[in-house]
Amino acid sequence: MNLFTQGVPISWYLLLSAVLFSLGVLGFLIKRNLITVFMSIELMLNAVNLSFVTFAHQWHAVKGQIFVFFVMMVAAAEAAVGLAIIIAVFRARATLAVDRIDLMKL
Amino acid sequence: MTGTLYIWLIPLLPFAGFLLNGILGTRLPKWLVTTVALVAPLASFALVLNAARSIFGIGPAFDSLPYIETCPHPWISIGALHIDFSFVLDQLSLVMLLVITGVGFLIHIYSVGYMGHEEGYARYFSFLNLFLFFMTLLVLAGNALLMFVGWEGVGLASYLLIGFYFKKDSAANAGKKAFIVNRIGDFGFLIGIFLLLTNFGTLTFSEIAAKLTANPAWQGGVLTTIALCLLLGATGKSAQLPLYIWLPDAMEGPTPVSALIHAATMVTAGVYMIARTHVLFDHAPFALDTVAVIGAATALFAATIGLVQNDIKRVLAYSTISQLGYMFLGCGVAAYSAAIFHLVTHAFFKALLFLAAGSVIHAIGGEQDLRKMGGLWRKLPITFWTMTTAVLAIAGFFPFAGFFSKDAILYAAYLQGPAGRALWFVGLVTALLTSFYMFRLWYLTFLGKSRSPEVHPHESPWSMLGPLVILALLSIGGGWIGAGAGLGRFGSYLSLSTGARAAESTNPHLELILSIAAVAVAFAGWFIADLLYRQKPAEPAQLAEALPEAYKLLANKYYVDEFYGATVVKPLLGFSKYVLGWVVDFGILGGLAWLLGGIAMLAGAILQRWQSGNLRSYAAWLAAGAAAVLLFMLLPWPWTSPWPISVQFIWKVMGR
Repeated sequence: MNLFTQGVPISWYLLLSAVLFSLGVLGFLIKRNLITVFMSIELMLNAVNLSFVTFAHQWHAVKGQIFVFFVMMVAAAEAAVGLAIIIAVFRARATLAVDRIDLMKL
Repeated sequence: MTGTLYIWLIPLLPFAGFLLNGILGTRLPKWLVTTVALVAPLASFALVLNAARSIFGIGPAFDSLPYIETCPHPWISIGALHIDFSFVLDQLSLVMLLVITGVGFLIHIYSVGYMGHEEGYARYFSFLNLFLFFMTLLVLAGNALLMFVGWEGVGLASYLLIGFYFKKDSAANAGKKAFIVNRIGDFGFLIGIFLLLTNFGTLTFSEIAAKLTANPAWQGGVLTTIALCLLLGATGKSAQLPLYIWLPDAMEGPTPVSALIHAATMVTAGVYMIARTHVLFDHAPFALDTVAVIGAATALFAATIGLVQNDIKRVLAYSTISQLGYMFLGCGVAAYSAAIFHLVTHAFFKALLFLAAGSVIHAIGGEQDLRKMGGLWRKLPITFWTMTTAVLAIAGFFPFAGFFSKDAILYAAYLQGPAGRALWFVGLVTALLTSFYMFRLWYLTFLGKSRSPEVHPHESPWSMLGPLVILALLSIGGGWIGAGAGLGRFGSYLSLSTGARAAESTNPHLELILSIAAVAVAFAGWFIADLLYRQKPAEPAQLAEALPEAYKLLANKYYVDEFYGATVVKPLLGFSKYVLGWVVDFGILGGLAWLLGGIAMLAGAILQRWQSGNLRSYAAWLAAGAAAVLLFMLLPWPWTSPWPISVQFIWKVMGR
């Protein structure tokens, strides 16, 4: 298979997207630092973006590409709010370990 | 008679007074409360007088009555059943209205003086106006259901006014007792109404009467049942055996209330109801006999209890029960005109007795015990003289009002054959007892020496004495309206709506002899009272000692309250407490509630473990959920299709 003549097969993109998403989930689950957790969320979002773009290319539909812009926009807004919350939490608790931010339990 | 008489305003004006004083009373100045409270019954009275004037103005042709006013909008209209707010003015309701609004207005005036310094002045008057509203509604009602509304309403007003001093336990309990005992009677009335509806298809009195008159052969049977049900209602409201027990306790209310509600008007509602439905009773001879027997028995029974009571108001209460017994006796021998006649004169002299007693109680600072009174006639001359006329009237001396009416009833009873003579004899003995206990009260209150020298009685204000004087004049002269054979003018007037009795040969000699016997008996009662309470004041105590059993029986009112307490109240309370309270309420209903709550709490206890506050555990659950959905999509479900759902979905999209 010649990558330079035939292009990358579509399944590779999807596989990459799945791997990135899984890494994001894994990071989200096992990292303790709030900022890392946050970055993992971004990773998952972008993995999804990748598969959107892939399918848009596959089906020759522009909808998927437009959707990516929406996701990026929401991710930007979410990043702003999320970082603000993280700063506020850090000021209040002097820690970013997610295991210790558990005041809302019964 | 042209134009309208505005009789619908007769009940409505007191109702407006009730609303005004009831809602705004505590914020209005006292003079305004008084004005509102007095203007409402006065205006009603004026309307009644206007109606009476226009009816009597057309001469002796009373048969243009009944005059009916109906609200244009129907009240209940279901299928064939059609019930209106209809007010009927006929001979009977006009007499009742004159008594209710007239005596009612006098008692309102009296109350201004009597209640002047009491707490809850506006509340008192709003209730009094409410009572007038319901009572006039009851009397004017053209059908049984509207009458029932008034019937229940006067019960409510009575309850509210008996419990007027609700901070006193005894008053609150007396109110409850009156209400509950009345409910038993109301139950009978209600069943009677249902039976009327199923058997006649209408509740309008005139239509029922027309159907019965058209079928003279229809006797007894279901009519007896209906009449007995109505009678049960009447015994409750009018304090007859076996439901009289609430009336003596009702004396816990303010004295003007006792005069208006528990002597002059409300308790006579039963008599009025029987007279109103007399066509039914005429077709049910057994029920009619029952009325007569209950009346005579109650008259004698209550009079014997009245002999030994020491509370001035209780003596009067038992005398009221006894006099109501006379009215029932009159109804029972189909002498409805005589019964209504006695109702009217009784309203005069019994209201007067209560108001005079109130004046005495007011004068000596709230004391009601006869044994602590005495020698008051010099201090309270007007009260004394008015009370004396009332005592003479109730004892049946000629020419006071009670003589004529009591005589008419006894005469009517005497004409009913041998059984009627027995009833007449009971009535005569009751008259003797009545005369005795009234003069006993009179001697103990006013004559002799004062037994409480430390109190300084003062005559009541004129707002109280004025009604006393007017009622005294009515007690003296009121009987003449029914003087003469067959109750004279009054009888011929009233018989147009209560029906003339089957033509008895009126025997003037017999009537004269019976009258003389009645007056002789009244004198005998006076003589005995004079002997025991003036000449030999030590004698009554010795008499009580000589007959300890009899005295105890009477002083304890034949233990009827105790008997009802043991046979009805206690089992009911026990049933309520143990079966309904513990088993049903606590066990079944409470258990069910606890069960539901327990399930929720258990589920909560399990589910709350998920709410750990640990962000990563939430995320893990989320991921697990997503993985589960993914598996669900990707794994094949062999029992539906060999292919996984995701594959099926793609086929669908691709149009396979």
